[in-house]
Amino acid sequence: MRATIEVAGLRKRFGQTMALDGMSFTVEPGQVTGFVGPNGAGKSTTMRVILGLDAADEGTALVGGRPYTGLRDPLRHVGALLDAAALQPSRTGRNHLLWLAHSQGLGARRVDEVIERVGLGPAAGRRAGGFSLGMRQRLGIAAALLGDPPVLMLDEPSNGLDPEGIVWMRGFLRALAAQGRAVLVSSHLMSELEDTADHLVVVGRGRVVADTSVAGLIAAASTGRVALRTTAPAEAMAALAHAGAAVAATGRDTLTVTGLAAEHVVAVLNRSAVPFSEVSAHRATLEEAYMELTRDAVEFRAAGQEAAR
Amino acid sequence: MSDRRRGDAPGLSTTVAHRSGFARLLRAEWTKFRTVRGWVLAMAAAALVTVLLGLLSASGSHTSCGGACPAVPVGPGGEAVEDKFYFVHRPLNGDGSITVRVTSMTGQIRLPDLTPTPTPGTRRVVSGLVPWAKAGVMIKESMKQGSTYAAVMVTGAHGVRMQHDFTQDVAGRPGGVSQRSPRWLRLTRSGEDLTGYESTDGRQWTRVGTAHLAGLPDAVQVGLFAASPGDLTVTPGDFGGSSAASRFAEATAVFDQVSLEGSVADGVWRPDDVGVTLDPDGSAHHPGGFKESGDTYTVAGVGDIAPLSDGPQIENTLTGLLTGLIVVIVVAVMFITTEYRRGLIRTTLLAGPRRGRTLVAKALAIGAVTFVTGLAAATAAVTLGKGILVANGNYVLPVAPFTELRVIAGTAALLAAAAVLALAVGTLFRRSVAAVITAIVLIVVPYILATASVLPAGAAQWLMRLTPAAGFAIQQSIPAYAHVLGNYTPSGGYYPLAPWAGLAVLCGYAVLALGLAVFQLRRRDA
Repeated sequence: MRATIEVAGLRKRFGQTMALDGMSFTVEPGQVTGFVGPNGAGKSTTMRVILGLDAADEGTALVGGRPYTGLRDPLRHVGALLDAAALQPSRTGRNHLLWLAHSQGLGARRVDEVIERVGLGPAAGRRAGGFSLGMRQRLGIAAALLGDPPVLMLDEPSNGLDPEGIVWMRGFLRALAAQGRAVLVSSHLMSELEDTADHLVVVGRGRVVADTSVAGLIAAASTGRVALRTTAPAEAMAALAHAGAAVAATGRDTLTVTGLAAEHVVAVLNRSAVPFSEVSAHRATLEEAYMELTRDAVEFRAAGQEAAR
Repeated sequence: MSDRRRGDAPGLSTTVAHRSGFARLLRAEWTKFRTVRGWVLAMAAAALVTVLLGLLSASGSHTSCGGACPAVPVGPGGEAVEDKFYFVHRPLNGDGSITVRVTSMTGQIRLPDLTPTPTPGTRRVVSGLVPWAKAGVMIKESMKQGSTYAAVMVTGAHGVRMQHDFTQDVAGRPGGVSQRSPRWLRLTRSGEDLTGYESTDGRQWTRVGTAHLAGLPDAVQVGLFAASPGDLTVTPGDFGGSSAASRFAEATAVFDQVSLEGSVADGVWRPDDVGVTLDPDGSAHHPGGFKESGDTYTVAGVGDIAPLSDGPQIENTLTGLLTGLIVVIVVAVMFITTEYRRGLIRTTLLAGPRRGRTLVAKALAIGAVTFVTGLAAATAAVTLGKGILVANGNYVLPVAPFTELRVIAGTAALLAAAAVLALAVGTLFRRSVAAVITAIVLIVVPYILATASVLPAGAAQWLMRLTPAAGFAIQQSIPAYAHVLGNYTPSGGYYPLAPWAGLAVLCGYAVLALGLAVFQLRRRDA
């Protein structure tokens, strides 16, 4: 099986709301693909459709070329973490993994392996009801890894993790991708994915807004911007505007210049005898690039926080 | 790529990998069940409460006869019988026949004494025949109570019948007898086969039936008999239910034109009051009688030749089942509703995305767990409970080993089917409380209404036919006989459906509910 996820033309309507509106993208093996968009953009719904939990009104979602519901021993093909809190509280973590293992024809030895792998250790023998959020996330990762699947799908895996856990998760996902697996990680915060993802599928209002490499996205957002540090911002703005550039003040002594290359900025400032201490090509943060992209896609920015589904 | 790393998971041996996906789902559901301690403990509690409540009720049941209780005769089929009648007989060797004409059949019924009694010593006796009063000709293995027999007879209200071995009854022509319209009866023996005939004129004979009496010896007794069971009246209670009362009754028949064929010893008829009980002074209690006047014979008899349906039955030791059943229903519902409550149902469906198979595996797992639990509980309750009943002097109506097995295994099956039904209802409702209430309303409430004497008998019987509570019929060890008048109501432990038919109704509900649950589970987004 080729480790891919192929989503094509998914549409799904919940009552009046169009949850998915032509969602299409492909997740390739060997890299971490960030699945990012504001709450309510359709990330979780898309994941549930891929996993056969929700039915789409239109379109197809294939894992390794086949629909999820047609997979034999599906956890050996796809590992998923949707909701780490989905546990029977009185069952131990290890027994939670054990029934999952049995459902796929796996044994207790494999359970102990994944418990070690996620660093749950002896805590796995305790009742899952007493687990911290971080332990639940690790247990969820262990469950996803149980069948040693070539495809992994994780919905907001860093939710509730402490900083140490976030760093661990980041490294863990990168290592899984390095083994050749296709890893799809959703998040509503671009900053979470900045150091993790190689590729990004940005969604808004149920459709893909951008499908690009992380490097490409930043480059596109950074094009033609120059950052300037000066003790005389007013004079600098006047001189540069006169030269045809758009100038915005971004701080007490910093300006962002658009429409003029860096060497021209230096020439104009020298000509006008405006002092400056630094001129540099501006590198956009992923966050800025993302905000740019999703500006139109965000509905009800304030009210829509709860509409995660 | 999944194959690349399979090497580091030695658990993936080929034998395991080749096991069918359904067996894996089944195993997973079993693992799920056994790893929640509360469920395991609840199941054990269900078994324990079933046994303990059964034993408690058994230990509260005492019988004493002032000394040793008289032995209850047992028929050829192993069932307890009443074998009490007046028999005027002589020996017959080998094949032969008896032919008689019955010219009259009358009877009397004793009504309850008035209180206060107007004249001491008077009894209120009215003439009349109870429907199953019987008189006619009989060939019987021996005078031992319970021995094999066949008889052709006229009855109080059910016309001519041929009966044999207590439980078997074949109808002949309807109608009673009188001087103007007598009835001729004939019973012919050929080896172990006895054939009964009837005629209105002694010339045109009609075969009523043939009975095969296995192991009938060469030397048997042939003769005339009369018997009358008590006058049973069932009164509907003021608040539903019914109460039954039985009054002493006697039947008297007049025979003439008696002729015998075959190797019959010459000499006199020998009268015997079979099974008569003796009063403390040694005289017979309610004796029958025999009068011979020329060719006319008058025989009066009290009692019945029929299987017993009164008395403790093995299923009386299973009174704790209802409580155990409620616990089972709660566990079976929770087995699925906790998954909905926690969102665990999604994990289950990720592991088994073919939802129908997954839910059936779940149903099978809870059904099997319940069956094994129920089997242990019912075995213990019946075996130990019977011991306690007997130790307390009770006579437990005996049943064939297969019947006892059917009652025990059927009780386990009843619990298992109820568990599957409860699981299906849990899947449909997705909420514990609503599902538990619905399952109890479906299974337990109809049973309580039908058996607790709150409904008229007719309504109670319809409940036990139409609702899932029909499954309780599998517990009935003593059948209701059409030729024995009895208070056959659910409150007396007699159900309108045959044991397996009743269980089939419950299983039908369980399958239907499971089908609906699969349909809903497939249709809904998880």
